[in-house]
Amino acid sequence: MNLLWLQSAGCGGCTMSLLCAETPNVFDLLTDAGITTLWHPSFSVQTGAEVRALLASIEAGETPLDLLCIEGSIVTGPKGTGRYHMLAGTGRAMLDWVQSLAPLARDVLAVGTCAAYGGITSAGGNPAGAVGLAYDGRFGGGALDAGFRARSGRPVINIAGCPTHPDWVTQTLLLLAEDRLGAQDLDPLGRPRFYADHLVHHACPKNEYYEYKASARELSELGCMMEHLGCIGTQAHGDCNIRPWNGTGSCTRGNYPCINCTAPEFEEPRHPFTETPTIAGIPVGLPSDMPKAWFMALASLSKAATPKRIDVNAHSDRLKIPPGEGKRK
Amino acid sequence: MNERQLIVGPFNRVEGDLEIRLEVRDGAVASAQVNAPLFRGFEMMLPGKDPRDALTITPRICGICSVSQSSAAALALADAGGIDMPPQGRIAAALLHGVENMADHVTHFHLFFMPDFARPGYDGRAWHDRALARFTAMEGSAARRATEARAQLLHIAGILGGKWPHTLAIQPGGVTKAPDAGERVRILATLRSFRRFLEDSLFGAPVEAFAALPDVAALESWESGDAGLFQAISADLGLEGTGIGPRRYLSAGAYPLDTGRVSASGVWEGGQITPFETGAITEDLSHAWMLGDTAHPARGLTEPDEDMADPGYSWCKAPRLAGRTVEVGALARQVVDRHPLALALAAEGSVRARIAGRLLEIARLQILLEDLARSLDPSAPFMAPAPWPRSGTGAGLVEAARGTLGHWLRIEEGRIAGYQIVAPTTWNFSPRDVTGAPGPVEAALVGAEVRPGEETPLSVQHIVRSFDPCMACTVH
Ligand code: SF4
Ligand code: SF4
Repeated sequence: MNLLWLQSAGCGGCTMSLLCAETPNVFDLLTDAGITTLWHPSFSVQTGAEVRALLASIEAGETPLDLLCIEGSIVTGPKGTGRYHMLAGTGRAMLDWVQSLAPLARDVLAVGTCAAYGGITSAGGNPAGAVGLAYDGRFGGGALDAGFRARSGRPVINIAGCPTHPDWVTQTLLLLAEDRLGAQDLDPLGRPRFYADHLVHHACPKNEYYEYKASARELSELGCMMEHLGCIGTQAHGDCNIRPWNGTGSCTRGNYPCINCTAPEFEEPRHPFTETPTIAGIPVGLPSDMPKAWFMALASLSKAATPKRIDVNAHSDRLKIPPGEGKRK
Repeated sequence: MNERQLIVGPFNRVEGDLEIRLEVRDGAVASAQVNAPLFRGFEMMLPGKDPRDALTITPRICGICSVSQSSAAALALADAGGIDMPPQGRIAAALLHGVENMADHVTHFHLFFMPDFARPGYDGRAWHDRALARFTAMEGSAARRATEARAQLLHIAGILGGKWPHTLAIQPGGVTKAPDAGERVRILATLRSFRRFLEDSLFGAPVEAFAALPDVAALESWESGDAGLFQAISADLGLEGTGIGPRRYLSAGAYPLDTGRVSASGVWEGGQITPFETGAITEDLSHAWMLGDTAHPARGLTEPDEDMADPGYSWCKAPRLAGRTVEVGALARQVVDRHPLALALAAEGSVRARIAGRLLEIARLQILLEDLARSLDPSAPFMAPAPWPRSGTGAGLVEAARGTLGHWLRIEEGRIAGYQIVAPTTWNFSPRDVTGAPGPVEAALVGAEVRPGEETPLSVQHIVRSFDPCMACTVH
C-alpha cells in the first residue's frame, strides 16, 4: 500500500507531531505495516522535477494511489483562484491538485483540523479563503464536494486536531492498511471514533476540582478551568487525557484550557480563547448533555461542600494541602 | 554560451513549500529568484481580537518553531503591558524553547540536510556507503535513531508545555506549569539520555569536546560520529567554498533570563560586532505580492496583491537592516556570541560554516539545557499573573532555531490594532528589494554548480537547505 502526503495552507505541525510517534518510530511503523511512502514533503529524498514526474504518473493512472494524506487547509483565494498557494514548480494551484488527485486515491485523509475543516488558517475573517477538504467549517463541502467519496467508497477521513496526535494518524493508517475502518468507525464529522468518542474531560487530572466547581481564576492555578478560563474539555472530542501527548502531557495537564481544537470552527470561539463567556455567572457552553438547572444546583451544592484541601489547591500553582489518610472503620 | 532556465519545486525537506527559479549559464547559476508560494494572512487575522488570543493563534503560524512564535508573542505582550516573568518562569520558558530549538536542529541535520549525500549522484565517493547506511531518507540508521531521540527529548515539552507543538504554557507573566521536584529530575534524566544520543551518534565524543573546538583546523580534523562524516563529505565536495551568504550576521540574543539573554545580541560584519538597532529594520515590498510602502514592522501593513502583479514574484516581504541584507540562524548566533570557531567561520559564510555553526550550537545547547534544568527550583513561583494591557505597543524578539524572530504589536481599547511578524526565513529567503539587491539565499546561489542534465541541481539543494528554511514562518 502506498502513501502520498501533500502540505498546503497549514503550519506543518501535524507532520512535526507525527515525528513524535514512539515505539516504534514513524518510519519503522509505516514500513512494518507495509505502507510505502511515495513522497512526503519533509521526509522523502525526491525534490523538484522528481516529484513533478511522480505527480504526473499518478495523474496519468500509471502509479495507482492508495492513501492520499493532505495536511493544511486548501486556500481558495484570491477570488476563487486558489493562487494563494500554487504548488511550487507546477504552476498549478493546490486546490486544483487536490481536486485532481483525490478521486484517484483509494482513501483520502485530512490530517489535522486545517485539512479537515479549514482550521486556524480560516480564523479572523479568513483572508486566504481557507477551507477543509470536505468541509468548510461545520458545513459539508470544501475543496471537494460534500458527497465526495474516495475509490474505497469512504468519505474523507478527518484526523482533526491542531496539531493532530501522532497516534491518531498512525492508528488510522494501520486500520486502513488492514482495511478495517468502516463507515461506522467515523463520527458524524468524519473523525475516527477510536479517539473522537472520548472527551478531553475524561481523565483530566482536574476532575476533582471540576466536581466541586473549585475553579482556577488565573492560568497557573490548579483548579478546573471550565468556569473562568475557557476550557471546553467537557465538550471537546479527543482522548487527550487518556492517551497522553509527548510522554505525559496534555493541554489541561499543562495547566491551560482545552480549546476544542479537534472541532470545526474552534478557531473562532467568539470570545477570548482563555476566558469563559458567562450569562448571569453561568458558563455559556455547558456540556451538551447537562441541563442548566442541574448545573446551577450542582454548582451551588458542590461549592458549599468543597473541602478546604480542594479549595486551597484550586487557587495555588502547586499542591498546598495533600490528601489525608482515609479513616479506617 | 550555454543558457537555460530551471524551476526547482516543490523543494522539499524544508519546512513548507518553496520554489526557486534559476538562470543557468555555462554550468553555473547566474541568478536566482526565491518564491514563497503560500499566503495565509496571519497578520490580517489578528487585528480586532483580544490581545491574549495572539498566544493561541501565532504559534500556529508554524509547527516547527511554534514555541518560538509563542515566546515572541508573550514577550511582545509583556512589553506592551509592562509585565515581567519571575526568574524561574524565565528558566522554564527558556528550557521549553531550547528543547524545541534542539529538536529542530537535530531534525534539520538528520532528516532535511544529510539525506542528499545518500543520493545516487554521489555513488563512488569514499564516504557514500556510510552516507547511505546512516542517512538514506526514512531508512538510514542515524535518521531513525535521531527521530527516536527527538521524540523522547520532546517529553520535556510534554512536562513543561503540555504538548508540542502549539502550547499555551508560555504567558507574558510566566509559565502556566510549575514543575515539581519529580518532574525536575525527569527532565534531567531525559536530557542525559539525549546527551547519550549526541555523544554516541552525532559527535562520537563528549559534547564538551565539540563545543570547545577553537578553530577551523580543529574542525577539519574532527573525525568521529556523524559530525565527522559531514566533515569528510564537506572536505571532498568543497562545501567551504559554496553558498556564500552576505557575511553580515544578526542575532537578537537567545533565551532572556533575569540575568540577561544567554547569548549575545548584535550584528557582525567585517570582524566588528555592533549593537542590533531594531529601529533600523524595514520591510521592503517592491518584489513581494504586497501592496503598500516600505515600513518598519511597528508601522507595517499586510495587504496582499490579489493580482500578483510584476515585478512581484513572492509572498515574502524583504526585511532589511539599515537597508541591507543580513543572515540569521545558528551560525549567526554563534558568531555574534563570539565563539572562536564561529568567528573563524564568519568570513567564510559557506554551506560548511552554516552546518558547523549548527553542530556547534547543538553541543553548546545541550550543556545549557542541562544547566537550566538543574537550576529549576520547584519551590519558587513560575508565574506572576498581571493585568492584560488595554493599550500600548510592544515588540518581542527571540531566536528560533533558524534565526531571529520578531513580533510587533499595537493594542488599542483592549483590542489588537496591528500585528507584524518578521520571521527568520523572511530575512534569509527574502526577494529582491527596491535597489534590486537580491535576498541572502538568492545571492548565495549565484555561482552554484549545475551539472549537465541536472534538473534539480544538487549544489543548489545543499545551499538552500544549509539555511534550514521554514517557509511556513516566512510569509505567515
Ligand atoms: S479543566 Fe477542562 S477538561 Fe479538566 S476537568 Fe475542568 S473542564 Fe474538564
Ligand atoms: S486538549 Fe483540547 S485543545 Fe488540547 S489537543 Fe486535545 S482537543 Fe486540542
